[in-house]
Amino acid sequence: MDSIFGVPSAAFVGQLIVGLINGAFYALMSLGLSIIFGLLRVVNFAHGAQYTLGAFVAWALLEYLGLSYWWALILAPAIVAVFGVLMERVFLRHLYHVDHVYALLLTFGVALLVEGLLRLQFGVSGLPYANPLAGGLDLNFTFIPWYRLWVIGVALAVCLGSWYFIERTKLGSYLRAANENPNLVRSFGINVPRMLMLTYGLAVGLAGFAGVMAAPIYQVSPLMGSNLIIVVFAVVVIGGMGSIMGSIITGFGLGVIEGLTKLFYPEGSSVVIFVVMILTLALRPHGLFGRNE
Amino acid sequence: MSSMQRNLLIVGIVVLCLVPYVVYPLFLIKLLCFALLAASLNLLIGYVGLLSFGHAMFYGSASYVAGHVLKTWNVDGIFGVLAGVGIAALLGFLSGLLTIRRQGIYFSMITLAFAQLVFFLALRLPFTGGEDGLQGVPRPTFLGVISTTDNLSMYYVALALVAFGFWVIYRTVYSPFGQVLRSIRDNEPRALSLGYQVNRYKLIAFTLSAALAGLAGSTKVMAFQLASLADVSWTTSGEALLICIVGGLQTLLGPVVGAIIIVSMEHYLASFAEWVLIIQGVVFIIVVMLFRKGIVGQIQFLWRERAERRLGSS
Repeated sequence: MDSIFGVPSAAFVGQLIVGLINGAFYALMSLGLSIIFGLLRVVNFAHGAQYTLGAFVAWALLEYLGLSYWWALILAPAIVAVFGVLMERVFLRHLYHVDHVYALLLTFGVALLVEGLLRLQFGVSGLPYANPLAGGLDLNFTFIPWYRLWVIGVALAVCLGSWYFIERTKLGSYLRAANENPNLVRSFGINVPRMLMLTYGLAVGLAGFAGVMAAPIYQVSPLMGSNLIIVVFAVVVIGGMGSIMGSIITGFGLGVIEGLTKLFYPEGSSVVIFVVMILTLALRPHGLFGRNE
Repeated sequence: MSSMQRNLLIVGIVVLCLVPYVVYPLFLIKLLCFALLAASLNLLIGYVGLLSFGHAMFYGSASYVAGHVLKTWNVDGIFGVLAGVGIAALLGFLSGLLTIRRQGIYFSMITLAFAQLVFFLALRLPFTGGEDGLQGVPRPTFLGVISTTDNLSMYYVALALVAFGFWVIYRTVYSPFGQVLRSIRDNEPRALSLGYQVNRYKLIAFTLSAALAGLAGSTKVMAFQLASLADVSWTTSGEALLICIVGGLQTLLGPVVGAIIIVSMEHYLASFAEWVLIIQGVVFIIVVMLFRKGIVGQIQFLWRERAERRLGSS
C-alpha cells in the first residue's frame, strides 16, 4: 500500500488524521453552539473566546500550580463553565426579552474583551504546552502520535455522550421540551431559568474542554478562538442548528473534507468550507440537517 | 425637513468645511469613511432589520479594486471610485442572493462566513500584495480638474463623496421604498401578505448597502494610498457595528456620532492594539446592557418626551 488515489499513503493518512482532529474541534464547538441556540436562542459569539480560555486555564494550571494535563482536562472545563454561568446570570439573562441581535452583540463584546485581556497579559506569539502522551502508533508506512488518536476518540465519545444525554435521558427531554415551549415546562414546576443557566454553563464547558484538548496540538494563543469561531459558524450554517447529531456529523465530515483538500488542492484548503457553505445555501438553504423554521 | 433641521444642516456643512483647518485632514477622512461604512450598515440593521456581520468584505474589496485600478492605469479618481463601488455592489448582489434566503441570526453568521472567504481571497489573489496589502496607490486627479495630492483638497473630495453617500441613504430611508423596508423589518409576514416581494426588496437594500460601503472603501484607498488585509477582516465589520450601536440604530446621525467617538478612541490608543480590543468589548457590553438606543437615539427619545410633556402641559 504505497499510494491512495495517486498520493503517497503516508501523506494521505496524515492529512486524514489532521482532518479528523480539526473535525473533532468543529464538532465539539458546533455542538455547543447548537445546544445554546436551541435552548436560549442566543448565538454565542463568545464560544471561541471560551475555547481560548479553556486552553489558557490548562496552561496556567500547569505553569503556576503544576497540575498536569489530566487534571486540567477536568478542572479547566469546570472553571470555564463557571465563567459561562456568571456570564449568563449577569448579562444574558437580561437580554432574553429583547431582540436576539443584542445577545449576539453582547457575546461579541465579551469575545473582544477576553481576547484583549489575554493579549495584554500574554502577547500574541503563543505559548507552548507539552504533549502529555508521548510516542505513537507505528503503521510501517506512517506514524500516528497517540495524542492525536486520543483527541479524536475522546471528542467522538463526548459528542455521542452529549447526544445521548439530550436525546435519550429524562433531563434531556426537559431541555428539549423547554426548547419547544418554555412556559408550559415552567407550569409543570421545572425551574426553567436555572435550567437555561446550567445549559449555557454546560455548553460553554464543552468549549473549554475543546480548548484544553487543543492546547498540546496548537500553541496556546489569544487568537486561537477567533480563528476557529468563524469556521465553526460556517459549519453550523452547513449542518443547520436544529439537530445535535447533525452538528457532530457535519463537524467531522467538514474536517475531513478540509484535510483532503489540503492534499489534492492545497490553495483551496482555507476556503473549501466556505465554498461548501455557499453550495449548501444554494441547494438546501436550511442546512443539511436543519428544520424549516 | 423642519426649519430647525435645516438650520442644523447648514451649521453642519459650515463646520465640516472649516474643521480641516483645525484637525488633521487625514484623520477626518478616516472618520468620514467609517461614518459612511457604519451608515451603510445602519441602513440594513436599522431600516431592514438585517444584521450583517460581513460589511468589511464590501469595504475591503472596493478598497482593493479601486486601488488596483488607480495604480495600474493611473486614471481619473472617479473611475477608481466607480470600479470600487461596482465590485462592492456586484459582490453584494451575488452574496445577497444566497444570504437573504436565511433570516435573523443565520443571516449574521452567513455574512460573516462570506466575509472570511473574501478575506482569504484578498490574502491569496495575485494583485492584492498578500500580507503587505496593496501599497503606493497614487493620489489621482478627480473629475479631470481637482488635484488631490495635498491632504486638504483630498479632504474636500472625500467630503463630497461621503456626503453623496449620506444623501443616498437619506433619500432611500424617506422614500416609499424605505417605507416598505421598514414594514419588512417590523413584520415580514404582513409585508409579504400585502403582496410585497420581500426578498426582492431585501436584495435591493443589501446591494445598495454594499455599494455604499464600497464608496467608503474607495474613498479610503484614495486618501490613504493603501488597501490592507485589515480592511477586509472581521474586526472592521465589528468596528462598523460598534459605531452603529454606540451612535444609535435607526438614526441617520448615529453613525456620525459613533464614528467620532470610536475612531478618536482608536486614534489615541493606536499603539496599544490590545487596549483597543478591551475598550471595544467593554463599550459593546455597556451599550447593549444599559442604553440600547445609542447616543443619538437616546437624545431623540428625550427630546420627543420633552416635546410631548410640553404639549401636555399647555
